This record gives sequence, structure tokens and C-alpha cells, in this order.
Amino acid sequence: MKTKKKNTLPYHLMLLPGVIFLLVFSIAPMFGVIIAFQDFIPTMGIKGSEWVGLDNFKYMFQLPDTWLIFRNTLVIAVGKMVLTLAASIFFAILLNELRLVKVKKVVQTVAYLPHFLSWVILATIFRDMLDANGIINQILTGLGILKEPVVFLGSNVTFQPVMILSDAWKEFGYGAVIFIAALAGINTELYEAAEMDGAGRLRKIWHITLPGIRQTIVLVATLNIAGVLNAGFDQIYNLYSPIVYRTGDVIDTYVYRMGFMNAQFSLATAVGLMKSAVSFLLIFASYKLADKFANYRIF
Amino acid sequence: MRKQYHSLENRIVDAVVLILTAFLFILCILPLLNVLALSFSGKEAAIAGKVSLIPVDFTLDSYRYLLQEKRFFLSFWMSTKRVMLGTLINMILIVLMAYPLSLEVRQFPSRNRYMWLLIFTMLFSGGVVPWYFVIRGLGLIDTIWALVLPGAVPVFNVILIINFFRNIPKAIKESAQLDGIGPMGMLLQILIPLSKPALATVALFCIVNHWNSFFDGMILINTPEKLPLQTYIQSLVIRISDLSQSGLSAEQLAEKMSQRTFNAAKIVISTIPILVVYPFLQRYFVTGITLGSVKE
Repeated sequence: MKTKKKNTLPYHLMLLPGVIFLLVFSIAPMFGVIIAFQDFIPTMGIKGSEWVGLDNFKYMFQLPDTWLIFRNTLVIAVGKMVLTLAASIFFAILLNELRLVKVKKVVQTVAYLPHFLSWVILATIFRDMLDANGIINQILTGLGILKEPVVFLGSNVTFQPVMILSDAWKEFGYGAVIFIAALAGINTELYEAAEMDGAGRLRKIWHITLPGIRQTIVLVATLNIAGVLNAGFDQIYNLYSPIVYRTGDVIDTYVYRMGFMNAQFSLATAVGLMKSAVSFLLIFASYKLADKFANYRIF
Repeated sequence: MRKQYHSLENRIVDAVVLILTAFLFILCILPLLNVLALSFSGKEAAIAGKVSLIPVDFTLDSYRYLLQEKRFFLSFWMSTKRVMLGTLINMILIVLMAYPLSLEVRQFPSRNRYMWLLIFTMLFSGGVVPWYFVIRGLGLIDTIWALVLPGAVPVFNVILIINFFRNIPKAIKESAQLDGIGPMGMLLQILIPLSKPALATVALFCIVNHWNSFFDGMILINTPEKLPLQTYIQSLVIRISDLSQSGLSAEQLAEKMSQRTFNAAKIVISTIPILVVYPFLQRYFVTGITLGSVKE
């Protein structure tokens, strides 16, 4: 049908500006990872700096910090994923069972909002609330749950749980959107048929609602795998302090401190490169799994 | 049916659902109401920890005090400029890239090669250190361009719009082509007008992103007067935490506490732009999320 040869030059020209930006700000820094194999000194540049082979990586694996930050990263990231996913599903089902439409709208509006607030803002609020004389301690001591106030952000016992809980607080509403959309797609005839058979509300949730969004749950869970090494820089950087480095320091905060505070550019890049390599494998695995189990392809 | 609705189980479930929803609602809104109440409360009441959800000793002092804080408004203006410039650049690049990439290989043979470049940049990253040196090497440090150019192409949003353009019925595109419309005309006169909700969603995501980011301001901007708002607020937070690490003297504690209402006012004012776009966001982001799951 289409016999005339298309002139594709306009398409190339449309793509050109975006491609230039990607080459400069995404691809060029990828070549910069070679400083992980150098003893990089900024004034000498990449050409002038000394090559040290794998020394930075050897050094990295000898540091006790390295294992600690990888462990902290995994614990915090996985904890967040599991809790946020569970809370999102719970919230979506709760809204699905709620009969008061107006209440539903109001609750949704409030629950989605924190996702759009920055961690800088939320950290300032949480610091204040979690303070020794903050509102949380007042409530917990008032109810007799705590005998004396706890400095939640200054204790290695409570820091990780606080990170996981506060992140779930921020994201559970927004995370529920995709499940709410999936719930809307469930065939209402199924519910009517179950009612005929005498099924109560709880049985309907268990046998119709949950299976109805199973596919979506699997999808979200598998796509989450890609983020196992992202513990959330913005949140942790704005809430941690040296007292809780032992439990709160994660790969991204460590790389930032090494690179920008201690000027150990090569070590920071080596740690970052390790993370990228592992992340790539995880992303690859998660997309393969998502394609296999949920028939989902983003590209 | 009626009988079933009034069954005991139904009533219990309804009650439990309502209680749990109310609990989650309070959990979500409590921190936000707390900061709002603090910003309108008297200093002494705030220091004594008397403020929970309702302002105590109602006063506008914190806001009055804030009006004199020149740095806050300089940063507010910097962030506003950044949002406008950044979102404009984002949107232009998004539509320019999304159209050719929404074509089929038969129409645009190089399509897949470009697509791989996009996906490649999404999967790999050189890390923050080399990224910083590239920006420094280009002489962008301490200029607004450092905040808007490195993230000029939000790849995920480009993919959302590619999927949206693809779903526009072929008949419309083909009839326009029969009328002899060129590539630019197709984009400007056909695709963009037909994609307004999707483009609005993506624009709102870009606005929120630019407004909320603090990290790039922290490492790419040196002059205090040029800091974007989030970075400026963040720099204050860190100062207060440094105090608490070294053990507080009585005066330091008083100093820190007296900042409470003032900080709350800053938080409230800096959140207003998000609250302004939020109703539009809420209308669109459900479409935005479901857009992402469109299969090829």
C-alpha cells in the first residue's frame, strides 16, 4: 500500500535534542566509572590520575562498613517493600468494602497526599514528632505503652523500624491506586453468584476479591525486586545522624559521604558501580519474572 | 437481598471497615494537622509540647517572622523558576521524542535503535560521582541550568507518552497523512491535542519532581542565595540535628525549640504549591499509572 519511500530525516531531527541530553548526562557519566579503577584526583583529571586496577574493590571488601551498609540497605529496602505492599493491598480492599462514597473520596484524597510531599518536608515533621518530647512520645507515654520517652531517631534499635514504618505511611495510599484500579475490573456477577450461594462478606473477599487482584499483586511484587538496593536516599539522609550509622547507613548515603564529604571519589564510584551491577541483574530478573508470571512488558 | 444486607456479619464488617478506615485517615492526617497547628501556635505553647491538632494561643507571629526572612523567599523564587523552566524543557523533549518512537519500525527503521538508548540509560547509571564531574566540567555548577538540564529527559515519562501516542486510533493518523500533513504538523495538530490528559499527568509529575528535589541543589549549587527551597529547608534541618548530636546545653535547647513554630510555618508555605496542583494531579494520576501498564 505504502509505496513511496518515507523521508525519516524529520524524525531523527526531533530525537536529536533529547538524544544529546541523554548522551551528555547519562552515557558520559557511565564512562566516568573508570575512575573506580584509578586513584582519582580531580585536579589531575582522568588522564593524569594513577591506575590502580582492582585495588579500590579489594579495599571496599575489606572495609567492615561495606558489609554493614549492604545489610542495612537490604533490611530497610525489603522491609519497606513488604510492609508497603501489604498495607496498600489492605487499604485497597478496605476502600472496596466501604459503602459511603463521600467518605471514600475524602480518605483517598488524604491518603494519596504524602506521596507528593518531599522527604525534606516530611523529615522535618517526623523529626519534630519523634523527638523525646514530641507528640508520639506524649501519646505513647500517656497511654502507658512506654514508661519513658524514646529517642526514636537516635537509637539503633528503633531507627530501621522507623524508616520502614514512615515510608509505608508515605506510600501506602499511592501504592493502593493500582490495586483499586484492578478491583474495579472484577466482574460484579461473580459477587452476585457468590451471594446466591450464601457467601458472606469475608468469604467474598477471600474467594473473589483477593484472587481478582492476584495478578496485580504478583506484578507489583516482582517489579519491586528491581529496587532491593534502593533503601531511599532522600528519607534516610534527612533522618539519620552519626549515632545511627551502624543501622541506618545505606549504600547511597555511604557513597554520598565518601564522594562528597571525604573526597574519596574512586572508592565512592567503586561502591556505586557494585550497586549498579547488582541492580542491573535484579532489574533484569524482575522484568523476566513479571513477563513470565504477570504477562507484563513495559517496553 | 435485603435480608442479606442486614445480616449480622454484614453489619460487623461494615463497622470494622469504618473503624479501620477512620484509623488510617487519622494516621495520615495527624502529622499534617500537627505541623499546621504548630505554625499558628504561640511559641511557649509549642515549646511546652501542648500543641497537638488545634493551634494553642493562636497567633500569626511565625508567618510574620517568616515574611522578614529574605532567604526563604529567594529560595522560593529560585524553585519557582526551576519548576517553570524545568517542566517546559521536560515537556518539549518528551513530545519530540515520543512521537518518532511511537511509530512502527516499518515507518521509521531506526526506531528500535533509539529505543534501546532510552532503555539503556534507564537500566545503567554511572553513579553520582562521575555525574557530578560531567556537570562541573560543563561549567554548570551554581547556575539554574545545573538543576534543569541533567534531568531534561525523564525517560519513564517519555515511555508513558509513547504508549499513549500508540493507542491513538490509526484511522485518525492515516487520514491526516492523506491530507498531506508533515511530521511536525502531525505532532502539533493531531497528537498533542488528542493527548491532553496524558500530557497533563506527565507535566504534573514533572512539576512535583522539580519542586521536591533537594539533592541536586545540595551538591550543584554553592551560593546560599541560589539554593532551591527544599535544599534551603534541608540545610536548616541538618544544622539543628548537629546541635542535638553534641549534647544540648539549656540555651541551645531553648534556641532549637523556639524554632519549632517558625519551622512549621516554613513547611506549610513550602507545601502550598503542591496543594495547589494536587486536585489536578488527583484527577489525572490514576490514568497516569494505568498508562504505564499498556502492553506493546
